[in-house]
Amino acid sequence: MLGALAALESWKRDISSVSWAIWTIMVPLSAALVGLLGGVRLRQVVGLLGTFGTVVAVLGLTITVSYHGPQSLAIGGWTPPLGIALQADGLTVVMLIMSSVVGTTASCFAIGYFTDDQPYFWPLWMLLWSGLHGLFLASDAFNLYVTLELLSLSSVALVALAGGSAIFAALRYLLVSLFASMMFLLGVALLYAQYLTLDLSLLAERMEPGWPAGVGGALILFSLLTKTALFPLHFWLPAAHASAPSPVSALLSALVVKAPFYLVLRGWYGSFSAITSPSAEHLMAWLGMGAILWGSWQAIRQERLKLLIAYSTVAQLGYLFLAFSLIRVSSESEPVWKGVVLFAVSHAFAKGAMFLAAGSIQTACGHDNLATLHEHGAPLSLPLMTIGLASVALMGLPPSGAFLAKWLLLQESIRAGQFLMAGVILSGGLLAAVYSFRILQNAFPAPREETVKSPLHPMLLWPPLLLALLASLLGLMAHPLSELLEHGRPRFSVEESRATAIEFSEFP
Amino acid sequence: MELDELVLLATLLSSLLPGVLIFILPEARVGLRTTLNLVGATAKLALIGLMMRGVLRQVQYDLTIPLLPGQDLVLRADALAMLFVSLSAILWFCTTVYAISYLEVAPHRSRFFGFFSLCVTATVGIALAGNLLTFIIFYEMLTLTTYPLVVHEGTEKALRAGRIYLAYTIAGGAALLLGAILLHVEIGPSTFDGGATMAARGAVSRTTLIAAFVLMIGGVGVKAALVPLHGWLPQAMVAPAPVSALLHAVAVVKAGAFGIVRILYDVYGIQFSASLGVMFPLAVLASITIIYGSVRALFQDDLKRRLAYSTVSQVAYIALGVSVAGPSATVGGVVHLVHQGLMKITLFFCAGNLAETLRVTKVNQLNGVGWRMPGTMIAFTIAAMGMMGTPPVAGFVSKWFLGRGALEANQPWVLLILAASSLLNAAYFLPVIYRAWFQTPHGEWPAKSGIWETRWGLLFPPLVTALLAVIAGLLADAPFSPLRWAKLIAERAYL
Repeated sequence: MLGALAALESWKRDISSVSWAIWTIMVPLSAALVGLLGGVRLRQVVGLLGTFGTVVAVLGLTITVSYHGPQSLAIGGWTPPLGIALQADGLTVVMLIMSSVVGTTASCFAIGYFTDDQPYFWPLWMLLWSGLHGLFLASDAFNLYVTLELLSLSSVALVALAGGSAIFAALRYLLVSLFASMMFLLGVALLYAQYLTLDLSLLAERMEPGWPAGVGGALILFSLLTKTALFPLHFWLPAAHASAPSPVSALLSALVVKAPFYLVLRGWYGSFSAITSPSAEHLMAWLGMGAILWGSWQAIRQERLKLLIAYSTVAQLGYLFLAFSLIRVSSESEPVWKGVVLFAVSHAFAKGAMFLAAGSIQTACGHDNLATLHEHGAPLSLPLMTIGLASVALMGLPPSGAFLAKWLLLQESIRAGQFLMAGVILSGGLLAAVYSFRILQNAFPAPREETVKSPLHPMLLWPPLLLALLASLLGLMAHPLSELLEHGRPRFSVEESRATAIEFSEFP
Repeated sequence: MELDELVLLATLLSSLLPGVLIFILPEARVGLRTTLNLVGATAKLALIGLMMRGVLRQVQYDLTIPLLPGQDLVLRADALAMLFVSLSAILWFCTTVYAISYLEVAPHRSRFFGFFSLCVTATVGIALAGNLLTFIIFYEMLTLTTYPLVVHEGTEKALRAGRIYLAYTIAGGAALLLGAILLHVEIGPSTFDGGATMAARGAVSRTTLIAAFVLMIGGVGVKAALVPLHGWLPQAMVAPAPVSALLHAVAVVKAGAFGIVRILYDVYGIQFSASLGVMFPLAVLASITIIYGSVRALFQDDLKRRLAYSTVSQVAYIALGVSVAGPSATVGGVVHLVHQGLMKITLFFCAGNLAETLRVTKVNQLNGVGWRMPGTMIAFTIAAMGMMGTPPVAGFVSKWFLGRGALEANQPWVLLILAASSLLNAAYFLPVIYRAWFQTPHGEWPAKSGIWETRWGLLFPPLVTALLAVIAGLLADAPFSPLRWAKLIAERAYL
């Protein structure tokens, strides 16, 4: 017994000695670059290996953070402000897990989806993944800009892969994205000019209210809100997400739009905590409520399945931005913060599954017109089941993570007397039910003629179903996620504030 | 995990696992599907029997799973839970046998039985829920799993009925959620503890507590089909007969009524509810529902719709019983959960038999049908007698206790309601019975296809449930009767 415990301890130590953080970025990056050396076959194989390797790296980092708390890595052994650091705490790890689960499912789906030779998908997807992980791990403002750019550019290229109308949508996405990135860079430049550092933890120490910080912060916030498609800056999203190839739509709606939100969440209670204002939080709450109502309303009116799902993304992202004002007024901020992270993860799983299932439907029927879906009968039963399970999470019904998050948001808004917000949150669920059942109704009528179509590739059917199942049951796994988020979470009350000791470990 | 916790979890899994497995089965695997169904049903009965023995001996079955800080999933087996869960399990068994026979050649059986099993899992979860959060979780699960059953046939009419059903139940779910959160904000986390938490911390805003009560009762009242939230129920009759039987005797409507009992007795507590002054309005609402449902039933020619309105009326007896204070009324209301379940399921089984065997769906087509299908109509007659309150069928026992409770609580007007309702019940059931036995048929009935009047899987379930209804009435004072169990519940509630 003692021998087993000792072995476990040394195993824990060994696991932690590897710089998993670096590998989570380097593995997909290498997969992208190596893949470019060869043809389509090689790219697919390397892509799958990269997927597997990334998952292993994320697991390793999760174990390290669970046992040893938040990690900080100084690249090249140079500590800030001279060097660039990476950080990994509970929130980072949860985001990485989210991206790994959705990413793996999308990779499996892509095997069955891209049957005709599509040489560009895998390298671009691996680049996107490395940018995403770089963003989650970044602790330096310029590093963030680089990863944001990488993320945006690879997303734009992936959208354009579909050709036709997708090119126009991709161009619009590109222009909006570049504009937002310029704003971000301008904001970073302002902050650098004032505080002479780009490291986020040093900025947290040095920042104080004043016009450079205020303007810089506002520019950065504006840029991130544009990139996360918060109403009314969402105009570029529906066309881009709907016309992209389905695995790409899944990745964009599930992961790419979550990255700017993560940055706002991280910055609001980290580097920028000295200058955050209640009015900005109120603004975000109002925009969030607008997003929920407008996005849901537009979703109900759509005739095409993928556009419906894209507008649903606009609506669901609104919930995330209600949290900031609630955290300020609440006496129990910690559960709200954890709840909104849980909501983000739940939405990522659900939306990823939904778009993938829409891809299966589109492959089977040749179109995604809602009015005529029921004519196709049996081949669609699994994708529709997937959409059914995913919509449990979108409606905020138990046992999804979104239900628990909705409970917490409702509780705090009622406690704070914000009855309009509570009403909007509840209506959001009802509106989501309306547009979800618009899709699901098609599962039941008997098809007009027995169409003998070739059965869909199993990779198009089962990975999305599993992802949707996970989304609908995420509420039952809320406790482990909550424990994980404890590592390095922001301290919301004076009693909780204590200096977080940062341990620097050297990159070997 | 301890044995007690394991038993609770296993009870849920005994229908969840077969349900999930059935979804994956191809349509043609009838034998395997039947086996899974029946094995699950039998296992559930065995586990519940085990738990009932334990509950009698005051064993604590409690399973708590933390979800988020301050939110726990709690499963608990107390006497009231046992009453509901045993009803569900026994009637699930009967309905499974019936459904297998009814849907013999229908399409999409895997889908049907998959959702069927999930539906029962949700019902068991509702019964075993130990706090409001858990109750809501399984309550919403029930909504989601019953929708595919309602729209099973896929016709335009079925889809429309499904939309109406969803509109009512999801709105009801939102109201329930809002009420629960209001309560949570006012008095903090609570479990179903007979109102202890409320009594300790309830000295806060009365308006908020009443608002929360109204919202929550409204939310569960949708499923319990309290007027004016009953609109979905007659529409849902478009579903196949096993679904109507399950929805009206076991799952949805009873879950709503069960919710009313739980909220009144275990969240607010009897004393506190009385002090808030909410019990009398609830009793009035229940009475209105009783009369309204019976009057509407009089004018229905479609047999299933007549039975639907009868359900609206009869389930309100439960609400009436629990909102009139006092042990006898409680006993009457709670035991009616079981009795009405047994009688109503018999009636729906019979309606299904008539539709399936003879294509008879309207009351005016029933002339002389008793001689063509004697077994079915005997079961129907027994159940209808019970609905009217005729001894020795179980319905008489419930009405007796309700009446006695009304007198004990000094609310004699309730007796008037009971009497009027019994008259109305007679007015819409007796013509059916008269037609079936004493009038000559319009034309020739389709011939029998065997020695029995219909498939044996369709014939025996209603006979069994009718027999159970008679036994529950005749042997009401026997050790394991529903009445004894209801008395135990009332005892533990009023101590």
